[in-house]
Parts: sequence; structure tokens; C-alpha cells
Amino acid sequence: MTPLTTDQRDLLDLVRSYAGGRLAPRAAEDERAGVFPRDLLAELGSMDLMGLPFPEELGGSGQPYGVYLRVVEELARAFLSVGLSLSVHTLATWGVLTHAPAPLRDRVAHRMTAGEWLGAYSLSEPASGSDAASLSTRAVRDGDAYVVNGTKAWVTHAGEADFYLLLCRTDEHRTRGVSALYVPADTPGLSFAPPERKMGLRSSPTRQVRYDDARVPAAHLLGREGEGLGLALRALDSGRLGIAACAVGLAQCALEHAVAHARGREQFGRPIGDFQGVGFMLADMATRIAAARALYLEAAARRDAGDEHRSMAAMAKLFATDTAMAVTVDAVQVLGGYGYVTDYPVERLMREAKALQIVEGTNQIQRLVVSRGLLGNGSAVAGA
Amino acid sequence: MRIICPVKRVPDTAAAKVLRPEDHTLDRDAGEAVLNANDEWAIEEAMRVKERDGAEVVALCVGPQQAQTTVRKALSYGLDAAIQVTDPALHGSDAAAVARVLAGALAAEDFDLVLMGNQSSDARTMLVPAMLAEFLDLPALTYAKRLDIDGRTLTVHRESSGGHVVVRADMPAVVSVVEAINEPRYPSFKGIMAAKRKPLDTRDLAAVGVGADEVGLAHSWTRVVDVSPRPTRQAGETVTDDGSGTVGAVALADFLSARKFI
Repeated sequence: MTPLTTDQRDLLDLVRSYAGGRLAPRAAEDERAGVFPRDLLAELGSMDLMGLPFPEELGGSGQPYGVYLRVVEELARAFLSVGLSLSVHTLATWGVLTHAPAPLRDRVAHRMTAGEWLGAYSLSEPASGSDAASLSTRAVRDGDAYVVNGTKAWVTHAGEADFYLLLCRTDEHRTRGVSALYVPADTPGLSFAPPERKMGLRSSPTRQVRYDDARVPAAHLLGREGEGLGLALRALDSGRLGIAACAVGLAQCALEHAVAHARGREQFGRPIGDFQGVGFMLADMATRIAAARALYLEAAARRDAGDEHRSMAAMAKLFATDTAMAVTVDAVQVLGGYGYVTDYPVERLMREAKALQIVEGTNQIQRLVVSRGLLGNGSAVAGA
Repeated sequence: MRIICPVKRVPDTAAAKVLRPEDHTLDRDAGEAVLNANDEWAIEEAMRVKERDGAEVVALCVGPQQAQTTVRKALSYGLDAAIQVTDPALHGSDAAAVARVLAGALAAEDFDLVLMGNQSSDARTMLVPAMLAEFLDLPALTYAKRLDIDGRTLTVHRESSGGHVVVRADMPAVVSVVEAINEPRYPSFKGIMAAKRKPLDTRDLAAVGVGADEVGLAHSWTRVVDVSPRPTRQAGETVTDDGSGTVGAVALADFLSARKFI
């Protein structure tokens, strides 16, 4: 890892101070009530945190991906939904800004990087998840527009976002028939199913998005027709690092609660952390978290250097989210009965960790990406 | 409009304050130092005026060389420039001496409004804003929990022990603010980066027209002559009831009565 500059250290200090002061006190209640903290995302925007890895000429801060990810980790450590929102916003924004025709890009970039517009990414469908290339939402060219029909599923920010990065079918070819469109949220023909009722991450809205004869200008095509699946998967290479950073933040939060409890809770006349059974559990949690953090930073460094990073991004997502699951389960165990009740945050962290093993490619798909990278059969395109 | 925000470097609010044994002044090198929280409310208020009506906002800091980090922190909120008065002779200056130095620096400045916190979290004298106004011969509108500006007229709402008071004055004036006035923003990342490049004008005492014989420990009007640590808390008195409730109740009543609570 390149050492942090003074500006970057100041950035992380700012984020830690903000996350502790503004996010942490909100997390439990917003999760309980299922309130999407859009106001907090607006604050992130005003602090210039919604466009960190994008070039300055597009309104971003030109920061290395590793620095952006550490910011995501700090936010997720305080309030996972907020870290996840930044990650999803970055995923969608990256797809648009790196593939949009220049006039479109220049018109929308600053609003996106300033966080005035919130982004959403729609690849999955009710019947198309891990097998992404099986998607069936169709875009038919009609004059200077595409007419879109179909249903996208599991869309984070659905109903709240200002724009959608939509993957849809413009041709019958399984992989080379998929295209990417930039869809403003106010496009007529878009509608939203009721929010999914989830085990956790309730403050992060997840809904289906229906397209009924939605007309999207042909100028909103990202890249060329048929290049959508490659774009979607490259976007996920970066997006998965955001999920890894979220997972490390979540696990770090769980560890801190477990350590505090192990210090303060006395049984048999001494703090329970003094018992090796608990102390070693904490040591293993901390070790896995440190390894997960190192892995996402290494993948980010490769990305920043322009090196191939698909496999390592998949490893980081796999390892970090499995770590978050294991660490949060152990944190509940360290807190005992207190860990199982909603008065303490660790049961919520455990429910939230589960989502991270599923989103942006299940951890089984991550293993597929890594194994195909090793065996050299295909470029790890899921379902290709 | 030009607004000056006096700011102070103080020990981290949560940290224990350490006094130097030789002269009972604050050991400013012990522990983390931060921008005085009350000054952040003043800065926020100044930034709101700047965003609403347009204004140049300048931070003014009297303090040691290390206070430059505090000044940069103030600038990171979006202020335009800063002035720092630093001089070895300042060490140990009391509220009046600091107010005199602030007034000296301001005498050479064009400004319409001085906006500052009502107190610092280390000394807590709450004297400087009024003293500064006195030295400058300007109106002092202190303890503002709301500030309205209409043309050249300032209207301040303030809480006093007697009730709610609304005071008015024309600019230029000194306004000190309390926590209730606003919720300060966090600085932005670009603001933090920009703060390092903003103009910072450093001056010594001579440059602000104040003599070394008017400030510092030796020339301050007040001096801390002795300090002693707070006595450790004594163990409380335990009352054991016999189960009837009577013994406990009588003991509690006697305890309160002896201290004239009942």
C-alpha cells in the first residue's frame, strides 16, 4: 500500500469523526424503523464524499480506489446501509461516467459525483441472478429511443435513486445481446414494487423496478450495443471491492462491541476476556478482519495500477463477507444472551452480514470467478 | 460584508486539562488540541451569512505557533483567509489581555461583524466578547441563540436569567453565540485540501500595536495564584433497613434534614 498523504489522513479523520458523530447514533433506529437515511447521504455529498474516486474534471476528488474504500469501511463501521449506499452509488456512477457519450457524461457527471443524484444498478431479475446473462428485460430500438419492457429485481435504492444503470437485452445472443442504458428515474413507464421485507439492511431500500414501454433516448446507450454484460461485470469488479470494504467495516464494528463486552463483563470474578476461550475468539476475529482489509486494499492497489484485478476483487468480496459473517456470529456468542437481544447491536450486525454474502455475486459465484481465473477457462464471466 | 471569526485552540474537550506547576497556566502540549467548539457555531453562522448574502469570512487566532493547525481547521469550513497573532510574550495572557490583542489586530482591519463563541471550553471566563467590544468601542450582542441581519441592522435573540431578550444594533458590532444558534456542518474534503492553500497572515504583537508590557502572565490583570486538585470522592453512608421500611425512612429523613434539604 502507498502511504497516505496528509490530505488522505485528514480525509479519514473527517470521515471517522462524522461517522461517529452522525451515523452511529442513527443506525439502530433507522434500521428498526426501515427509514432510508437520504439526509445523511446528502451530508456525505456536501462533504465531497460521494465522488471520491472520480476525476476532478468530472467533479470528483481523484482519489485512489483504496482511499475511497477505506472511507466506505469507516461509514459501514458506523452504519452499514450508508456505506452500502455509497458503494452502490459509486458502482452505478462508474458505469455511466466511463461509458456514456461525452455530451451525456458532461451533463450528468457533476450531479452524480456531488451526490445530488443518487444512482442504482439493475442487473438481476426475478428469474436471473447468478446466471446474469439469462436476463430478459428487452429494449427495442424505435427511432431515436429504446422502448424497454421487463422487470429488474433486488435493486438497491429503487424508488429513491435519481438514475438507474440498466442492463437489458437488445439482441437474442446470450452474452453479446446485452446492452447498458442510463435511465433517469423520472422516465415515464418506470414503476416500483413494494419494498422487499428483509432480514436486515432494512434502511436500505430494495425493490423491483418495472419497465412498461419506457422510452429511453438512444443517446443514453452506454458503450455500444451488445457490450452491456462486459460493462456490468467490470463494474462489479469494482463494486465488489465496495462490498468487501462494507464487510470489513461491519466486522470491525462487531469486534469492537465484543471486545468492550469481554473487558467489562465479569464472571467467576474476572473479565470474561481473561478466559482463553473468549480471548482467543477475539484474536481470531481481529486476525481475519486484518487479513480481509489487506486483501481489499491489495486488490484496490492492482486496480489503481491498471493491473488485472478481477480474481482478487472476487477473493476480497468472498473473504471479507465470509469474515463478516463469522465475526458477527462470534460477537453474538461473546455477548451471550445480551448478544441475542435487540437492545445490543450485534444481533443486527449478524443479520446484516448475511446480506453481504449474497449481494453483487453470491460467494459461490466469487469462487467460480476465482477458480476460472486459476484454470483459465473463460474470463470469469458468470454464466458465459 | 466582511466577517471576522476569532477562534481559539483548546485542549480536547474530553481530555483532562493539565496545569503547568511552575505558573499554573494550561499545559498546551499535553494531549490533543482542537478548535474550540463554541467557535464552530460562530463559523457556521458566518458561513450561512456568506452563503446567503455573500461575505468574506476571516479567522483570527491569538495563540502559539502550534495553533496554526486550529486556524487551518477553521479555514476548512470554507473561510476565505486567516490572521494569526503569535508572540512569545503572549504566554499566560488573561481574558482582558487576549481581548486587547484581538482588538489591536482588528483595529487595522475593515470589518462589519465579529462573530465568536461565547466562551472557550478551557478557560470558560465568557469575558472576551464583551471586553473586545469595549476595547473596540462597538456594540456587544452576546449569548446569541439567533442572529438576523437586515441591511446594516443586527437583531439578536438571547436567553438571560430574566427571560428572552431581543437586542438590536447596527454594524459593525461584536456578536457572541451559544450552542442553540445552529448545528455546525462538518468540513468538506475539498475544503480541507483548500484550507492548506488559503492565505494565512501571521503577525507578532508589535504588528498589531500591542506592547509586550500589556500582555502575558506578568502583565495580566488576573493571575492564578494557587490550584489544588479536586478532593477525591468520599464513600457514601450506607443505610440498612430492617425490612419494615421505618428504619431506612427515618435515616434518610435525618440525613436530608441535617443538610437542610427538608
